[in-house]
Amino acid sequence: MSEAQNPMLSLKGVRKVFFPGTVNEKIALAGVDLDLAPGDFVTIIGGNGAGKSTMLNATAGVWPIDEGTIYVDGINITKLSEYKRAKYIGRVFQDPVTGTAGNMQIEENLALAARRGERRTLRWAISSKERNQFRELVATLGLGLENRMTTKVGLLSGGQRQALTLLMATLKQPKLLLLDEHTAALDPKTAAKVLEISDSLIEKNKLTALMVTHNMKDAITHGNRLIMMHEGRIIFDVAGEEKKKLTVEMLMEKFSQTSGTDFANDRALLG
Amino acid sequence: MGNILLSGLTQGLIWAILALGVYLSFRVLDFADLTCEGCITLGASVTACLIYKSVNPFLAIFIAFLAGCVAGLVTGVLHTKLKIPPILAGILTMISLYSINIHIMSFATGTSGTANLSLLKFNNGTIYSKIRTLLNSLFDGGFTKTAVSIGVGIVSCLLVIGALYWFFGTELGSAIRATGNNEKMCRAQGIDTDFTKIVDLALSNGLIALSGAFLCQYQGYSDVNMGIGSIVIGLASIIIGEAIFSRTKSFFLTLAGIVVGAIVYRLVVAIVIWSGMPTTDLKIMTAIVVVIALVLTNALNKIKKTSGKKSDKKGETENV
Repeated sequence: MSEAQNPMLSLKGVRKVFFPGTVNEKIALAGVDLDLAPGDFVTIIGGNGAGKSTMLNATAGVWPIDEGTIYVDGINITKLSEYKRAKYIGRVFQDPVTGTAGNMQIEENLALAARRGERRTLRWAISSKERNQFRELVATLGLGLENRMTTKVGLLSGGQRQALTLLMATLKQPKLLLLDEHTAALDPKTAAKVLEISDSLIEKNKLTALMVTHNMKDAITHGNRLIMMHEGRIIFDVAGEEKKKLTVEMLMEKFSQTSGTDFANDRALLG
Repeated sequence: MGNILLSGLTQGLIWAILALGVYLSFRVLDFADLTCEGCITLGASVTACLIYKSVNPFLAIFIAFLAGCVAGLVTGVLHTKLKIPPILAGILTMISLYSINIHIMSFATGTSGTANLSLLKFNNGTIYSKIRTLLNSLFDGGFTKTAVSIGVGIVSCLLVIGALYWFFGTELGSAIRATGNNEKMCRAQGIDTDFTKIVDLALSNGLIALSGAFLCQYQGYSDVNMGIGSIVIGLASIIIGEAIFSRTKSFFLTLAGIVVGAIVYRLVVAIVIWSGMPTTDLKIMTAIVVVIALVLTNALNKIKKTSGKKSDKKGETENV
């Protein structure tokens, strides 16, 4: 990160406790500090309940955090509501149903995304110019959806919906892209295709991105930086050449070293 | 018999506007909004009161619409900002409107506790009589009250459908549709879902009050209990309309279907009453019809969904 530039995302001492004061109390984020340089594509791994998704949800503003500050490109967004932060942040979720409006057409969904962060006015929701733009964009996915622009999204497969959600999240250049296990609900072949689309969209738009994954191999092969979380903390952070040399075995070893427990998670091993 | 059917048609066209309002909450937002019951009476009371006070009856209709919007806004704020569940938020507004409606009608007569207003004294002060007088003077007479009422009904329904078709095609309207569909996605796309819900509920109740305004001028009175069961009538109209136009994908035809549904409902009611059933049994009959229709729709949706899943999987292997 060059000194002159703001970090694209900056978490300072972010803390979140669920069900405080009850027997179910859970420290989900135990004071997380993280800076992302513009263009960083960071993969996040960790066991169940490590705080990976919680960190993404805290950044997206799904609920308020207990302590700490969150900046996006130098803007303090800690107190902004979820929908206001959407101006800066594009998101793709684990469940393919979550990212799109199933009862609406492909082009209607894209038109909604094209106005992310803007006031919704009484202008017509989609212009004929946009219609053509959207068709060309959808064609770049290579899924044949460009001929089904008025099909209701609910009729698409999970993979198609995730690809469309990716397009929607990046349609209006976000400062930050959050991918929350967005391939976990897909079969391996479809997951690979959706990851490929993610890579190309991030590269094409020079996006700063955070991707949570359960798959260590994916975490190593994608992005330029990798962080490992455990019990609400970042326990390992590696970037550049060093990251390229990582293997699944090295990650496993690193995990048991740092956390003092085994990464006993079949999904992470085999996925 | 012919007269009965004509009056059924007229009433159907008036209640169709209420049904369109109920559609905005029940189908667009999936919000069973009981504000409706008090809101149709609000529209009628406001209109009757304004006609008592010699306000232009066309203006009275517009003010009734705005009053309904305010009622919907209250329900919307109760639900979104104060986190009260939908049904309860609607019930709270509905029950408050009972008192408010009596206050409005009392204001007209100057007697506290006025629970109904008759427009008998103002027979020439309704939009129906004014339009009829105008038409008869322009075209040398011949326009009956029924013909004028049906004409007003058709024109008002067309205007409302046209306005809704336009509105739900705009950025804001499409954000409202998306809110009813997937709130989480909406927030991720920067849509203020509290705001979209409030706008939709305001519009929905505005239409319901509008229907009350027409009803009041058509039947010549407003009564504090006239709204009882109105939500069920609205639902029945929507369900009948959807059954008739079940294959349509066009939003315009869906809306038109609701109008047809409201007319069919009123015609059936007219025939049932004509055949000798006591009018007091109507409400339970309507409730039973709605239950049967809802059960049938659920069963049909289940069948559709299981067959839909199969075709989904096909799409997946073909495309991804």
